[in-house]
Parts: sequence; C-alpha cells; structure tokens
Amino acid sequence: MSGILQLHGIEKRFGDFAALRGVSLELRAGEIHALMGENGAGKSTLIKVITGVHAATAGTMELEGRAIRPGSPREAERAGISTVYQEVNLLPNLSLAENITMGRQAMWGPFIRHGEGRRRARAALARLGVEVDVARPLGACPVAVQQMAAIARALEQRARVLILDEPTSSLDAREVAELFGVLRRLRDEGMGILFVSHFLDQIYALSDRITVLRDGGYVGTWEAAALPRLELVSHMIGKPVAAAEACAAKEEASAGPRRGAVVEVAELERKGVAGPFSFALEAGGATGLAGLLGSGRTEVARMLFGIDPATSGSVRVDGRVVSLTSPRAAMAAGFAFCSEDRKVEGILPSLSVRENIVLALQASRGALRRLPRAEQEALADTFIKALHIKTRGPETPMGALSGGNQQKCLLARWMAVQPRLLILDEPTRGIDIGAKGEIEALCAELRRGGLAILFISAELEEVVRNCSRVVVLRDRQQAEVLEGGAISLRQIMETVAAA
Amino acid sequence: MNRFRTPLLWPLAALVALLVFNALASPGFFDVEWKDGRLYGTVVDICNQGARVPMLLALGMTLVIATGGVDLSVGSLMAVSGAVAAVQVNAGASLGQAVGLALLLCSGLGLVNGVLIAKVRLQPIIATLVMMVAGRGLAMLLTGSQMVPFKHEGLTFLANGAVGGLPVPIPLVLGVALLAGVALRGSAWGLFIEATGDNETASRLAGLPTGGVRLLVYAFSGLCAGMSGLLEASNIAAADPARMGDTRELDAIFAVVAGGTALTGGRFSLAGSLVGALLLQTLTLTLYNQNVPPAVAPVPKALVILVVCLLHSPKLREQWGRWRSPSPA
Ligand SMILES: Nc1ncnc2c1ncn2[C@@H]1O[C@H](COP(=O)(O)OP(=O)(O)OP(=O)(O)O)[C@@H](O)[C@H]1O
Ligand SMILES: [Mg+2]
Repeated sequence: MSGILQLHGIEKRFGDFAALRGVSLELRAGEIHALMGENGAGKSTLIKVITGVHAATAGTMELEGRAIRPGSPREAERAGISTVYQEVNLLPNLSLAENITMGRQAMWGPFIRHGEGRRRARAALARLGVEVDVARPLGACPVAVQQMAAIARALEQRARVLILDEPTSSLDAREVAELFGVLRRLRDEGMGILFVSHFLDQIYALSDRITVLRDGGYVGTWEAAALPRLELVSHMIGKPVAAAEACAAKEEASAGPRRGAVVEVAELERKGVAGPFSFALEAGGATGLAGLLGSGRTEVARMLFGIDPATSGSVRVDGRVVSLTSPRAAMAAGFAFCSEDRKVEGILPSLSVRENIVLALQASRGALRRLPRAEQEALADTFIKALHIKTRGPETPMGALSGGNQQKCLLARWMAVQPRLLILDEPTRGIDIGAKGEIEALCAELRRGGLAILFISAELEEVVRNCSRVVVLRDRQQAEVLEGGAISLRQIMETVAAA
Repeated sequence: MNRFRTPLLWPLAALVALLVFNALASPGFFDVEWKDGRLYGTVVDICNQGARVPMLLALGMTLVIATGGVDLSVGSLMAVSGAVAAVQVNAGASLGQAVGLALLLCSGLGLVNGVLIAKVRLQPIIATLVMMVAGRGLAMLLTGSQMVPFKHEGLTFLANGAVGGLPVPIPLVLGVALLAGVALRGSAWGLFIEATGDNETASRLAGLPTGGVRLLVYAFSGLCAGMSGLLEASNIAAADPARMGDTRELDAIFAVVAGGTALTGGRFSLAGSLVGALLLQTLTLTLYNQNVPPAVAPVPKALVILVVCLLHSPKLREQWGRWRSPSPA
C-alpha cells in the first residue's frame, strides 16, 4: 500500500488563532482513514485546507508524489480530490440532478443534456439506495436527502481521494449501511477515503486506520483494530483512560417525575403532507419520534411549531386549545424548536455567539424590552460553560465556530427561553461523544424541572435510550405508540418496516 | 487584526486623506467665517450639502441594506415630498401641514414598499424599482409636470436658515441619526434588523417579527427620503418633479457600502454611513475644485469608492496579509 495523499506540517491560522498546528497525515490508496477529534479540534479546517477552501499558512501537500496547492475546491476536484463538506453547500434552487452533475454535465454541442443528467443522477442515488424524484429542487428535500445528494455528487466523480466530513449525521441506519457498502467497494478498488464522524460504532465498522487531532495539533495515527475505544476517547479528550470511562458512562440519562400530560395532540394533520397524529407529551417526559427518512418526523415538528401549520386537528396545552399558526404563536404557547438544518434554519453566521444565544429569548420578550447587556453576557457565559462551547469568547462571530459548537449554541438558544415543550430535531447532529452525554444530562435536568421533550433522531439507539414513549411513523402517518417496557430497538424496527 | 475590523476606520481614513489633499491643493479650504450669526466656509458647505441629501438618505438606506434589501425609490420619494410641500404652501397651507403631509405620504409609500416585500414577497429591488417609477409619476401628477416655485419663509428656512450658527440640515441630520441610534440600540430593534439580514429563515424560526422589521425599515427609509426632499425643495424654493433626487439613491447606497455595511445584510453602522456620505460629498466638491469636468467626474469618484469597498473585504485583507508575510513562523 502506498501513500496517495500526504500532508506535512500543515498549519492554519485565523488571525492570531492557530486552528491547525503542524498536522501531518498520510492517506494510503485502498484504505478508509478516520479523522477523529472533539468539536473544534480542527477536522473540518484540515479538510478545507486539503480542498483549497482555506490556504494553509504553512506546510506542504503531495498527491501521488506531486506537490499540490489547490487554490479552490474546483482545482482540488480536478486534481482528483472529491469532497462532501460538513455543511451541505449545494444550490438549493437547482434540482437534485443538476446539483449532482454540476460542472460535469453531459453536453450536446453547447447544450446541456438534461435527460442524460437526470439519468446519471438517478443512477448515482440508486447506488446509495435512495429513490427520489431527481427533478425536485434540492432545497425542498429533507436534509438527509440533501446529504445523500452531496455524497452522490462526490461518488459521481470517480476521484482518487474521497473526503467525507460527517456524511452520516442525518442518515438513519439503513442509509448508513448502504453508504458503507459503497465506500468499502470504492476502497477495494483502490480509492483513498478520509472519513470524519462522531459515531464510534461507525468508525470501528468502517475504518482501517484512525488519526486523532486535539486542539489543532496532531496526536497520532493507529490501526483501528489495535486501538481500543476507551483509548481512542482518551486520546481525543487528552485525559487518561479513566476519565474517558467516566465520559462514556455519563450517557445514562434518568427520567424526570411524571406529572401528567402538558401537551395533547389530537388528529393533527396537514392535508396532503402528513398526519393525522394523536399523542400526548408529559411534563418531565421525553417522547421520541421514530421512522424512516421521509416518514414525516420533521413534518410533525414543523406543524407543532407553526412553520407549516396544520390544516386540521387540535393541540391543547394544560387543557386549553392553542393556536399554532406561526413560530411566534407556538413560542407564545411555550414551545421551542431546534431545527435539524443548522445552516439554513439555525445560525446567524455574522452575529456573535452571545447574540445567537439570546435571540429567541429576546424575541419572546419583544423588541422594546431589551435584555440588558450584562444579562445577555451572563446568559452566554453560563451556556458556554455548561455546554463547553469552544469559542474564543462570547463576541466571536458564530460562523467561526466549528459545526458541533454551533449546534451547542442553538441548543442554548432554546434552553434559554425555558419552554414547556422543547422539540429537538436531530439535536446531537455533529456533536462529539463527550458533549452528547452533557447535553443528554442537561435535558434530563430540564425535564426534572417539568419540561416536556419531543425528540427526533435518526439514531434509534438514542431514541430508545432517552425516551419513555415513542411514536412510530410510517408513510407520513402514525403507525403506533410504544410505551415503557414495549420500547426496544427491535420493536421499533419491526413497526417501521411493517408493510 | 481586530482594529482593522471597525467599519469606521477605512471611510474615515479616506476622508482624512481627501481633506489633507484639499488643504494642500486649495488654500483657504479650511477657512471658516462667522457672519450674521452663522458659519460660512467650504467645510460648512460640504457638511450642509452632505446633510441635505446623501446623509439623510443613507440613514434610511443603512437599515434597509442591513436587512439584506435595497431601496431604489428614495430619489423619487424626494420628488414626491418636495412636490407635496410646494403645492401645499402655494395653496395656503401652514408649514406644519405641508411638512406633515409630505412626510406622512413618503413614510406611507415606504410602508407600501415594505408590504410588497414582506407580505407579497417581491424582491426588494423589484418592489422599490416599481415605486421609483410610480413615485416619479406621482410627483409629475402633483405638479402638472411643471417646476413649482414657492414663496414661503418657513419652508425656505429649512435649508437656508441656521440653528446655533449651523445650517439647519446639519443639526437635523445629526438629531435624526442620534435618535435612530438610541432607539435601535436601546431596544432590540437593532439586533432584530441585523438578525433578519443575516439569516431571515433562522430569525423567523427564532420568533423574530421579520415581517415587522421589514415594514419598519422601509417606512423609515421613506421618511428619510421625505425629509431630504423637503430640504432640497427648500434650498431652491421650488419643487422640480423631473430632476429632484434623480439617481440620488445610488449616492445613498455608495455611502452605506463605503461606511462598512455589507450589501448582503447583517451588521450595520449608522455612523459609518454618515462618514461614507461625507466622503462622497467631499469627493464631489474636490473634483469640482480641481476643475474636473462634470462629465468625467464619476470616473475618479467610482475609483475611490471601489478602493474603500475593497478595503472592507475580509478576503482581500487576508490575501494582503499573505503577500506581506508569505510564511510566518
Ligand atoms: N473561519 C474561521 N475563522 C476563525 N476561526 C475558525 C474559522 N473556522 C474554524 N475556526 C476555528 O477553528 C477551530 C477548529 O474548527 P473545525 O471546524 O475545524 O473543528 P472540527 O474539528 O471540524 O469540529 P466539529 O466536530 O464541531 O465539526 C475552532 O475552534 C473554530 O472556532
Ligand atoms: Mg467539523
């Protein structure tokens, strides 16, 4: 096996902050190489240096023995490096097909052969086990489909090096399995694959070697088979194995006391889209929504938060019917919603971390009752500490934070309003294992205070672990409600798959 | 790095450079004279003319641009405002009535812009382009397409009188800016405007009244245009429906961008826009003083604006840093 991509002493500074400090790495042909590290360790930055999004401040790169220094992702693509970025960066108004074939369209003279493009796009998606109408605009598709489109686009290029930055963060188990099948095949054909994920199971299922980054520095590279999990975690957090054990143990979440239903959903339906749904959400309880991609999970959340309001049915809070016609109305009813689409529906990239955190609270107070600056700062500080948000300070622009840390800020935004019902759509998307435990613990604490949680996750284990009730969805309808002891991975899978 | 980020730095630096050039090139540039209880001089003229149009328009335009929009109708609304006031005083209305009606109408038309954008969901550039054409037509209609001169002491005082030794427009624009600044930063409207411009969808999902934000900024922009139109008409004691405010919306946009508010929306700086407007006005006068023919004056003007805008670009500054120190240790 030979090194196909080599990095020597890569350094990247943003102003006076070093995001990468002398990272060296060798990617071999025919291997899947995992890049691991906590949120903000520098993984995405390293990938952006390789693909020419950022220019390295120091260091050199070689692709198949020749020095490269791509000035843009396009150049990197031409050199044979194809990439799936952490944040889907395709064009929302173009169709899936156009996004997938963009830049390599089949031509007939000066004209694009759209029919041929759609055929190729369909084939590329079919390889991943996804069947959708490729003429749909990308922006109208769920995040998981968008992620699949980004992957399909990268696969379409037949590159020599494939880089995937958290490609599975919104995929469910079946889709992940399809993707992994394809990746293994490509590896066996001799491609070098660099892979970032926070899911340890996926890392061990897939990768041959593992490189760990910590605070922008290179920690080491190991054969995956020779590196026990706890040791990997201890390398990532930079503490001895015992601490890593504690970190893993924190994942146990305890349920709050039951206090009867706060929110009752009855026959909620959006005509032609999803429903009807009927279930109750209890104070101090966590209810999960489980189902395949496109089964209506996100649609339920969007109805409850008044983004795409329901056309019939009712929702009661403490027995009183509430109107959920807009997010503002839903917030007035005590609801909060943390979207799965962090880039489009979550962050305000050029505003500060502080402003991003206080935004929803300020909105619910109204424009005229401005939260005093000191209180804003106190609030931001509290959450930065509680969630271990890695930022240079509360005034850093949100766009400069790593993906996982942005996610933590969005959770903070909604915890700050102290809602009655917190709707979390893929809340741990892109969050490292240590932080995942912390967030679950924090949610448990809020539940002890009487908060109800509606929890949506493609990761069924997470649903099973955290929820005392699971509403299983199939084909945009409610299939079954599981409670207490009846909740198990197998039961959910069977209900999901039943025809 | 940090000290280069304040939006005021670059337009201020350009302004100072221009002033220094003038001080050397045209002696007496900084001479100020006290006569009949008010100040006279080139610098006072620059501030006065700057306050009358570009500064006032830039205040409204700053907020519009901060929400990610643009308002092309302000030039036409100036003409509407002047026309209303002139016709009113000629018909015997009091100053209060004339001014009140002009400002009310312009804010109302601004609000219509806001409704078209926030509720009907037209692109800001289209909605305000429509208003630009419609507004000019309205001004023509009000005046019968004729220049309307007037003799009204109160109305002419607005642009020609003095308060505390300064021509009225200067304290007026500073007052409006101060009021707007205090209102926006003292409440959460400032944050709401910046948030809407930074990511509208996310802001709406965080419970912000993004529609209300849009209505507010376009109405305010209309109000500023109305004030500016009154001052222009007052200055020449006549309303010229065809030429008043023509292309001045571009000056306002230049001032805002030069002042460090990005056209993509988000962070805004009212002070930056005022300095940007002053820069533009100084530049105009400098070119005039240097006998650059008015027909070619836009070329050097465009160059200066280009340079200031490039200085604001973080990408370019990063590149510059790279050229200066190819590989820092
Ligand atoms: N454009 C930028 N400007 C300033 N700092 C940045 C910028 N991009 C990244 N950083 C900083 O660099 C560090 C590394 O970020 P990076 O996105 O590489 O982390 P990551 O390992 O991908 O984390 P995650 O698991 O959360 O995605 C972070 O501290 C981040 O704040
Ligand atoms: Mg990342």
